[in-house]
Amino acid sequence: MSRVLPYPLLTASLILMWLLLNSFSLGHLILGTIFAYGASWAMAALQPAKPRIRRWDLIPVLFFRVFGDIFRSNIAVAGIILRGKSRKRTPGFVVIPLDLRDRTALAVLACVLTATPGTAWIEYHAENGQLMIHVLDLVDEAVWIDTIRNRYARLLMEIFE
Amino acid sequence: MTGLDDFPLWAAILVSLLLLVGSGLTLLGTIGLVRFQSFYERVHAPTLGTTCGAGGILIASMLYFSVLQSRIALHEVLITLFVTVTTPVTLMLLARAAIYRDRTEGKVDMPQALSGKAPSRVETTSPDDAPAAKG
Repeated sequence: MSRVLPYPLLTASLILMWLLLNSFSLGHLILGTIFAYGASWAMAALQPAKPRIRRWDLIPVLFFRVFGDIFRSNIAVAGIILRGKSRKRTPGFVVIPLDLRDRTALAVLACVLTATPGTAWIEYHAENGQLMIHVLDLVDEAVWIDTIRNRYARLLMEIFE
Repeated sequence: MTGLDDFPLWAAILVSLLLLVGSGLTLLGTIGLVRFQSFYERVHAPTLGTTCGAGGILIASMLYFSVLQSRIALHEVLITLFVTVTTPVTLMLLARAAIYRDRTEGKVDMPQALSGKAPSRVETTSPDDAPAAKG
């Protein structure tokens, strides 16, 4: 399998992308497959670490959890901006110890934290697994540490490790 | 405008609502960018535009073209995907640059570098933490 098709997931997503950009037809399916196959071999030449997904069934759980959180923090941050100077803001940094080591999982976590308004990924130290984020409305540090560790990191560990 | 005569009313209302919400949130994000004081606060504001702001506009676009061409238009999903995947790269670059600058300048409320033991937020950053930028 891996001899013929080095990155099956990448190839499949490239074919899907090709079909989304063009309309679906047999010709485009064949053309897209040829391109995706070539691109996956080009990717193989770069030899990136291959992500292993262990629990496919948990990906929708992660997706909807992230979706809900993004929606809620959009409303929260919009409220903070609208209130302006009438309310004292308490922005601050939080340092979170993470057990998560898988690089793909960390990349996904970075995407989630960045995409959520109100939290921003600032710094990660790979040696001791400490992550520093900046929170726009920091009320309780422990709540944030608990949220990131139990709501996201644990789920990502189950999916990737 | 052409082709709008046979565009159903319910879809028109829904598309305009989504467009209004999306662009409103994006506008709010830019207002926040101006209003907030520090760099780290400002980083948060444009995220409104890249998540629900862009989301609303893209869903409106998907709806509009799906109804008009009577086939499902899903290109917009790709825009969302690539925006979400690429923003951490720029954010990390900017944030690392800002935190490096603040540490070398010895700002008092900055957390220390994440090396060694668990850092504490109370300690002030001493200039020793950034030997590379002395002088």
